Amino acid sequence: MKILVAAKRVIDPDARIKLLPNGSGVDTQSVEYKVNPFCENAIEEALALKEEHDAEVVIVSIGPDDVTPTIRSGLAMGADRGIRVETEDAALDSDLAARILVAVAKHEGDVDIILLGKQAVDGDNNQVGQLVAEYMGLPQACFASEVSVSGTTVTVTREVDGGLETLSMPLPAVITADLRLNEPRYASLPGIMKAKRKPIDELSLADLGITDTALKVELVRLEEPPARTAGVMVESVDQLMDKLVNVAKVL
Amino acid sequence: MARILVIADHQDGDLKKSTLQTLTLARELAARTGGGFDIAVIGQGVGAIANKLTTYGAGRVLVVDDAKYAHYLAETTSKAAAALAKQTDASFVLSSTGTTGKDMLPRVAAILGQGMVADCVGLAGEGATLLYKRPMYAGNIIATVKVNTPGAVISVRGSEFAAAEPSGGASPVEAATVDGGTAKASFVKFDGVKSERPELTEADIVVSGGRGLKDGDNFFAVMEPLADALGAAIGASRAAVDSGFCPNDFQVGQTGKVVAPKLYIAVAISGAIQHLAGMKNSKCIVAINKDAEAPIFQVADYGLVGDAFKLVPELAEKARAARS
Ligand SMILES: Cc1cc2nc3c(=O)[nH]c(=O)nc-3n(C[C@H](O)[C@H](O)[C@H](O)COP(=O)(O)OP(=O)(O)OC[C@H]3O[C@@H](n4cnc5c(N)ncnc54)[C@H](O)[C@@H]3O)c2cc1C
Ligand SMILES: Nc1ncnc2c1ncn2[C@@H]1O[C@H](COP(=O)(O)O)[C@@H](O)[C@H]1O
Repeated sequence: MKILVAAKRVIDPDARIKLLPNGSGVDTQSVEYKVNPFCENAIEEALALKEEHDAEVVIVSIGPDDVTPTIRSGLAMGADRGIRVETEDAALDSDLAARILVAVAKHEGDVDIILLGKQAVDGDNNQVGQLVAEYMGLPQACFASEVSVSGTTVTVTREVDGGLETLSMPLPAVITADLRLNEPRYASLPGIMKAKRKPIDELSLADLGITDTALKVELVRLEEPPARTAGVMVESVDQLMDKLVNVAKVL
Repeated sequence: MARILVIADHQDGDLKKSTLQTLTLARELAARTGGGFDIAVIGQGVGAIANKLTTYGAGRVLVVDDAKYAHYLAETTSKAAAALAKQTDASFVLSSTGTTGKDMLPRVAAILGQGMVADCVGLAGEGATLLYKRPMYAGNIIATVKVNTPGAVISVRGSEFAAAEPSGGASPVEAATVDGGTAKASFVKFDGVKSERPELTEADIVVSGGRGLKDGDNFFAVMEPLADALGAAIGASRAAVDSGFCPNDFQVGQTGKVVAPKLYIAVAISGAIQHLAGMKNSKCIVAINKDAEAPIFQVADYGLVGDAFKLVPELAEKARAARS
């Protein structure tokens, strides 16, 4: 079995986002990058499947050279090899990222499972997995909280509005990981050492035969939403009730 | 003239309020583009839902009623939705940001070759020059984006829009025939959360509990009387869901549900940015936390420092008295 995992690096989700003064983008000077949390769940799930079913796990990341540490961290967790597709962040939208991943999957051949995060917590788009599935004509199970493979069938539990839904899909299939899917492992020291020797292929869009690089969706400007004005502290439930009934008039 | 197709979001035979919120954006978009909109309802036994949608000013209400759609599957529903967009000449396809919309709309965009705006919170630009606003970075940034394709597929963040009021008229309900193809995926089962309470995203008042409530028994023992007293929906932080206190459906936040009720009460929730992303546009926010330094107090209109196990039962009691 071959599993392709798409992993993106994002600005540390707990850091405050600073904008460039003209609002044209995010100030990335001195930001710290981390692996998108959902992608860590995707990597972990691929490794769990590898342990059970003897799979090859390939980590793909699209972006400039600074996405390489994201691939390395997947390799340190136990993935077999990596692929980096060279682009600039600003030259990507969800649709192009998806088309690149489709081209990588075709370039690899015989991929059984494509695992992605359900969303990248920078753009919060929640689209790429679904786009990949449609472009490849594959079934999808998004927002997965449980995955099990038996023969050529994968059964996935999904976190949806109103509860949990279970789907069954023939392989190949696309799965996007939700946070409760698993607890991503930490890389061990030997894992980190071994990862340094694992291969990372570098591909250009031309190598993948992608000539249409037009963006369907483009950022025009970014701004901070208006901040909430600070409220007041109350001393007791009685005071709180008084505020809710007589000031805010919400009860 | 650009037409718009709204795909109705429904569950268990009920129309979701988010569909009416999506119609508000559809009307705005129609005013901007000078076109009209149609509504599509896809499912099985959805005639009654279609009948509820005839008074909102749609050109037509199209119904795809087939056993094949009894259980939603991304492959077939997106194909049917895209086929309906072609039939109605729609260059804009809208639905709400529920898990169905999130799951299906990108596939519709791929089939139609349109760009997709995820989680749209409003329009910008002038006249027919459309720009869209959407949150990024857990709502800490609002982006204005432009779509370079002739139309767009838009998932609409319901909490940002008032539910559309009926505008009179009677849109014809028509059965539509489309080829949704066959899905490779198959539905196995659905484990639903049963509740008599209002839906989280539709409630006027939401009370949410966090990890500070210790365990599932305590979570419900503290939160239910308060919810009962206020007629509120119950939400939760991710930590509360992760710890197994309550079902995933309760999660409010960047990766859960986004709510903006008139009153949101956060109990024993610290206020991580990922939680704030799902509730900070609530009209009035109350925080109850034993830690005076908890970040939740920075967004709260009213903060009360103390033990939730003592304060919440007292609040429930007094709220019940005040409302009766
Ligand atoms: C990618 C990503 C996505 C995420 N998405 C979400 C999301 O959608 N929603 C979400 O909520 N979180 C999300 N999180 C998690 C988030 O970062 C926080 O970990 C989570 O919100 C914390 O939940 P909490 O406030 O209940 O727990 P804690 O942070 O542990 O806070 C518990 C609070 O309870 C208080 N407390 C304890 N005992 C009492 C008592 N007796 N009385 C009163 N107060 C008490 C404590 O003072 C503390 O402030 C996400 C995280 C990541 C990385
Ligand atoms: N530049 C990228 N490189 C690798 N994977 C990506 C990239 N962008 C998005 N993805 C994958 O798509 C998922 C969903 O992203 P999004 O639709 O942008 O929220 C992510 O969790 C990744 O698995």
